[in-house]
Amino acid sequence: MAITAGKFDSLELRDVGRSFGGHEALVGLDLTVRAGEFIALLGPSGCGKSTALNCLAGLLPLTHGQILLDGQRVDTLPSEKRGFGMVFQSYALFPHLTVEKNVAFGLQMRGLPRAEITQRVREAISLVKLEEHAKKLPGQLSGGQQQRVAIARAVVLEPSLVLMDEPLSNLDAKLRLDMRTEIRRLHQSLGLTTIYVTHDQEEALSLADRLVVLREGRVQQIGTPDELYDHPRNWHVADFMGYRNILPGTALDAANGTAGTERTRVQVGSMTLTGRPVGDVGGSSEVRVAVRPDDLVVLADGDAPQDGNAVTGTVAVVEYHGREFAVVVQTSDGTLLHVRTPSAPEVGDVVTLTAAGERVLVFPADLAGRPAATAPAEAVAV
Amino acid sequence: MTAPTTSGARSTASLRHRLAERGIDASLWLMVPALVFALALFVYPFSYGIGLTFQPGLATQERWGGGVFANYVAFFRDPFVFDSVWITMRLALPAALFNVLASIPVALVLRRKFRGKRFMTSVLVLPITLGTVLTAQGLLIFAGRQGWLNRTLMSIGLIDEPLQLVNNYVGVMFSLIITGFPFAFLLVSSYLSGIDPSLDAAARTLGAGWWQRFRRITLPLLAPGLATTFILTFVLAFSVFPSARLVGDAMGSTRVMSLMAFRAFGEQNDYAMASTIALMMGVVELVVVAIVLAWRSLFYKGSTGGKG
Repeated sequence: MAITAGKFDSLELRDVGRSFGGHEALVGLDLTVRAGEFIALLGPSGCGKSTALNCLAGLLPLTHGQILLDGQRVDTLPSEKRGFGMVFQSYALFPHLTVEKNVAFGLQMRGLPRAEITQRVREAISLVKLEEHAKKLPGQLSGGQQQRVAIARAVVLEPSLVLMDEPLSNLDAKLRLDMRTEIRRLHQSLGLTTIYVTHDQEEALSLADRLVVLREGRVQQIGTPDELYDHPRNWHVADFMGYRNILPGTALDAANGTAGTERTRVQVGSMTLTGRPVGDVGGSSEVRVAVRPDDLVVLADGDAPQDGNAVTGTVAVVEYHGREFAVVVQTSDGTLLHVRTPSAPEVGDVVTLTAAGERVLVFPADLAGRPAATAPAEAVAV
Repeated sequence: MTAPTTSGARSTASLRHRLAERGIDASLWLMVPALVFALALFVYPFSYGIGLTFQPGLATQERWGGGVFANYVAFFRDPFVFDSVWITMRLALPAALFNVLASIPVALVLRRKFRGKRFMTSVLVLPITLGTVLTAQGLLIFAGRQGWLNRTLMSIGLIDEPLQLVNNYVGVMFSLIITGFPFAFLLVSSYLSGIDPSLDAAARTLGAGWWQRFRRITLPLLAPGLATTFILTFVLAFSVFPSARLVGDAMGSTRVMSLMAFRAFGEQNDYAMASTIALMMGVVELVVVAIVLAWRSLFYKGSTGGKG
């Protein structure tokens, strides 16, 4: 009997919210998870992503909303009755029990027959390739091995949902990459449904089928990795998705650009740029201009700038990143621009940068610090 | 060091450096004050006391025989003296056990966050600041024959005769719990805070109910701490003296070993016998401590992941 995932069709979160004594940690989270999906909750620390996960696990009671599993409410069930597996950031392995007994714990709690427990524990341990460490205590294992025990302990119960709370954040960079592949492999081969919390956009983009970006307890955008990567809904999402150059500016064109193909002109300091408007960026309103470092190109002598976007500045910092260089260029008005180039300029060189208007995103400035009220609702429809 | 080292060559480091590698350096002088105190106030008097036990008084030698061991013969043969071992045990063991066991649920509850938690903790710990004498006086006033408790119970008609709560075994037990519980509670709380709370959360997500979580996770991780707490409260209770005298029945049910030692010393001027009883007190305590430590060694004692 091989380990498989518990069967269900959909998990629905309706207007889920959690406040801590007046402070709203999570507001109005609407999300429908289909069986077999890998969902990443992404956001900076304090954005409510761990709160959302703990609410799902039943470790925190909800203050608003409902959680439904195939139409049945589960938010009223205590944690131990929900049957979700959870992998903790600190692994939370029982230090006094061997690897085997850690993995067997949940099965014993269900009162399964001993023979079945032994069989399933052995399978789970071989699944994470820890056969030779089965009799060891967690303290005798490395971080990566402990992480694998934690995963085995969660999946051995064949849970309908596996919740992972920043499971890789305590590992070193190389191990993190290996374990990332391992988690995706287990997710696919066991047919798990996984909800994964992380603050690492690269991790989220590479693992998840869909991402939920949170900020200050509110959903900013829900979408597939490429949707979020290419079409961030607001500049906070853009900021989080690796648009390192986020510049304040003023819209010059009166036209309200909303469609993706339109262009609008923006004044940023002393520069005038042409970009693609996202949302309502009417004339003379304050905007944020977002450009990825890899979309900025150092212009060779004699080449024409793309879409008339040309910025001249002095090279301030050059970092070696293997195949390419991360360069910081300072413009005459003091703005710092992050650029990725295949060839290294010298510090102090004067360079001209350009970017295709398609790759220059113009967002409303959102001065209140909160996204427009309609943003989360629209995001769900994506 | 940049100099190339050939294999098997002698270390080129100075003697001072090599000693420091083994932990021998000038900072060892910081131990001198503690050593002086330990020698002057513990090692010498203790050895002197042991010496005294082998110099029995003439009366003791004549009555019990045994030469230089006459004091020990007297200790084991004289039921008036030897029974005090059981009398003390009868007080100290249940008191220590109660203090440790009662601390567990209280510490578990006070681990959670709730309004008034700090106040509750303060109230529970406050008695640690009262001396035994103050506690005894309080008990006499509160629970004596004419105390508030008896007068209240009689005035509301619950009892006809005042309850005998002091000047007996019960009084001393109360006193041991009042002074010992805060101590046990503080220790158990700190051991409990050393256990990573996410272990409990993990057990919950694995389907364990509260009793299973307590029995399978919290208790095994807490057990070494409970053993230590038990040892400390036991030793504290075993050497009970003021309350045994003030709220106990000093010649009857609370005739504890320390009272016997004091009697030999203060009333009979038999320093040798007093030393013998004091020494045997230590031996009995050591036996109990050894048994508890042996039991403790059966448990996992490593890191428990919390803030320790």
